[in-house]
Amino acid sequence: MSTSWTIFVVVLTLVNIAALLWLLFSNARARPVKPGADNTTGHVWDEDLAELNNPLPRWWLWLFILTVVFSLAYLVLYPGLGNFAGRLGWTSTAAAEQELAETNAKLESLYARFRDRPLEELAHDPAATKVGRNVFANNCAACHGSDARGAKGYPNLVDDDWLYGGEPDTMLASVLNGRHGVMPPLGATLPGNGIEEVANYVRSLSGQPHDAVLAAAGKPKFETICAACHGVDGKGNKMLGAPNLTDDIWLYGGDLATIRETIEKGRGGVMPAWEALLGRDRARLAVAWLIAQRAPAATPAPTPATPATPATPATPQDAAPAGEPATQQNAVPAATPAAGVDAAP
Amino acid sequence: MQDVAVETYNDKVVRQFTIATIVWGVVGMAVGLLIAAQLAWPSLNFDIPWLTYSRLRPLHTNAVIFAFGGCGLFATSYYVVQRTCQVRLFGDKAAAFTFWGWQLVIVLAAVTLPLGLTQGKEYAELIWPIDLLIAAVWVTYAVVFFGTIAKRRIRHIYVANWFFGAFILTVAVLHIVNSLAIPVSWTESYPVYSGAVDAMVQWWYGHNAVGFFLTAGFLGIMYYYVPKQAERPIYSYRLSVVHFWALISVYMWAGPHHLHYTALPDWVQSLGMVFSLILLAPSWGGMINGIMTLSGAWQKLRTDPILKFLIVSLSFYGMSTFEGPMMSIKTVNSLSHYTDWTIGHVHSGALGWVAFITIGAIYNMLPRLFGAERMYSIKAIDLHFWIATIGIVLYIAAMWIAGVMQGLMWRATNPDGTLTYTFIESLRETWPYYVTRFVGGLMFLSGMLLMAWNAWKTCASGREIPQVRVPLPAHA
Repeated sequence: MSTSWTIFVVVLTLVNIAALLWLLFSNARARPVKPGADNTTGHVWDEDLAELNNPLPRWWLWLFILTVVFSLAYLVLYPGLGNFAGRLGWTSTAAAEQELAETNAKLESLYARFRDRPLEELAHDPAATKVGRNVFANNCAACHGSDARGAKGYPNLVDDDWLYGGEPDTMLASVLNGRHGVMPPLGATLPGNGIEEVANYVRSLSGQPHDAVLAAAGKPKFETICAACHGVDGKGNKMLGAPNLTDDIWLYGGDLATIRETIEKGRGGVMPAWEALLGRDRARLAVAWLIAQRAPAATPAPTPATPATPATPATPQDAAPAGEPATQQNAVPAATPAAGVDAAP
Repeated sequence: MQDVAVETYNDKVVRQFTIATIVWGVVGMAVGLLIAAQLAWPSLNFDIPWLTYSRLRPLHTNAVIFAFGGCGLFATSYYVVQRTCQVRLFGDKAAAFTFWGWQLVIVLAAVTLPLGLTQGKEYAELIWPIDLLIAAVWVTYAVVFFGTIAKRRIRHIYVANWFFGAFILTVAVLHIVNSLAIPVSWTESYPVYSGAVDAMVQWWYGHNAVGFFLTAGFLGIMYYYVPKQAERPIYSYRLSVVHFWALISVYMWAGPHHLHYTALPDWVQSLGMVFSLILLAPSWGGMINGIMTLSGAWQKLRTDPILKFLIVSLSFYGMSTFEGPMMSIKTVNSLSHYTDWTIGHVHSGALGWVAFITIGAIYNMLPRLFGAERMYSIKAIDLHFWIATIGIVLYIAAMWIAGVMQGLMWRATNPDGTLTYTFIESLRETWPYYVTRFVGGLMFLSGMLLMAWNAWKTCASGREIPQVRVPLPAHA
């Protein structure tokens, strides 16, 4: 801000406050009009409207002065009068940075404990997964759901189907660097009944009800166009993030209408890159927690009452690390709306 | 003074605006009740785009502020300025244009907002062609009002007219400056400001819409109808002078407190905060002057429900103008901002102050306008008062509790530095308060329906529409 603007701001502010004080004091004692015998100002409107000539209430006057004094003191101490920084040198940016630095220093010992240990090991450490669950709930749950089972367009992270691969390091890479999955729009490439035919063929790959004639017509088209990414057998390609189309697990939906829409208009799925925001320490713990959700039965830690249901995705109940009751108070209850959308394919 | 004996007040436009106030009050509050219900039971938008919360919320705010509040201000200012200047309203045709023009604005708002046509600026959502119509109506309003002042028969300008005048002038400036935009089609435009400047202009407008539309204008109502209904002189002329000039000069600065802890420069935030604090005493000046006007006539509160509306409105005014400066303190704001506390604060002002003073004024004015001796049912006024008061208390208490709870839940952290609660958890905890708020709103709307019935009966029982003659000034 230039000096002339600062002068403008300072003058405008101080003139206004000075005018208020002048207004107050000039009316505090002197009587502006000579009161009549009835203590009114002598003016009458609309037959009977009049005004008394009472003085300003003292307590009100002092309240006014008090707020002005506080304000002037505040403007001396804090930034307010244009470029004048204030005697305390306070800025909101510095205050936020200082608070962040203090918090990080306090948390350093906690995160340092987990820093050099492999992800698989952390997945079996309740202290690590407890922090990881909190990191996930704060940052990832908005899209993937508080139980990590995803929603339409947001992958389920506790099943066995991985777009880019479920190895711990691949998962960590997805979190730190983000992913951008692109299904190109193929409406123009598949004229006539092409979309309908390919959609039926895609349905046939996972054994869903389909029109066999249309699917047969779609097969060569799939093998010419779609197979480049999804493979001739439709089993996908993790290098490209191209989904497996044979397992009846769907990111956007497996009904005919949705598949048609996906083929015609394409899809663009974005996982943001979290490294700058979360840092490696927190990202690793979130991944460790996810690994722990994936295979609760394989956990070597004491697992007294965990039902062994390896074929189905983990339920929120058995998703909480077994034998770790302390996490229960932080556990996100299953009855959140996010849980409702899990049923979507 | 040749025509004094036969000159009458132009009460036709006042009658039109008075009826419109009641009608739009019912409509605007009904929309508010629906969206309050949607927050508790989201499926009540029936998956119809025009009924979604996002589109009906601006319709609700525009309807209650500019349709209900605006018509109330037109009606009372036209009524008051004629009687305190003891002269007929300037420009009959211009006054009629302000009525029909303003109704057209309201109808266009009710069509465009549900269609999703918006400028996206809070309390200034209407698209640019409607903005132009508003500007035309408002300038005409200023001509009518100040034209009447110019030909007044009483030399001293009554205090109510200072406030009405400040409100009309400032709202014209605020509306025009904030709505400056470059149209790209009949329904779309881009503001001439960008970034933090755009946000600052918006909240300079937004807070002064509160300060001048919802405060100065309604203080004008207060300064006429409270002494009239109490039959007592205004408590202190000097207090009027001091708090008027202090109020209108300090309100101008307070907008930045809507943008605490944002990209707005620190120095602007500080100025917004300190001037909001200084605003406390000037605001309370109006409350003191109104309530103390009743001194010597307190017993009237027991028997006169209209006076109850007027005096309780001043209590709510005092309460929310204490709460406002408190919430503008940055440390308090860091807890209250973005929570339902703000909604509670706004409604203690909007329902408790703005609506109550308007309702009191209408009950005072309506029988006089339609040639009835008094309102059809005084008991119904009393019932309206109690239903509405309990409704407001339920509403604001629910929002206070919900707001403080949300603020505390959002800032709670675990020992590992993460947030303790997800947003959805705070939402689930808020649900009972949303239901309580709905019940409070339902009660307030029921009171408005009772008023509409009472007004209907009063108009129907009136003998003949009176032509009120302008009296000779007591002091020439």
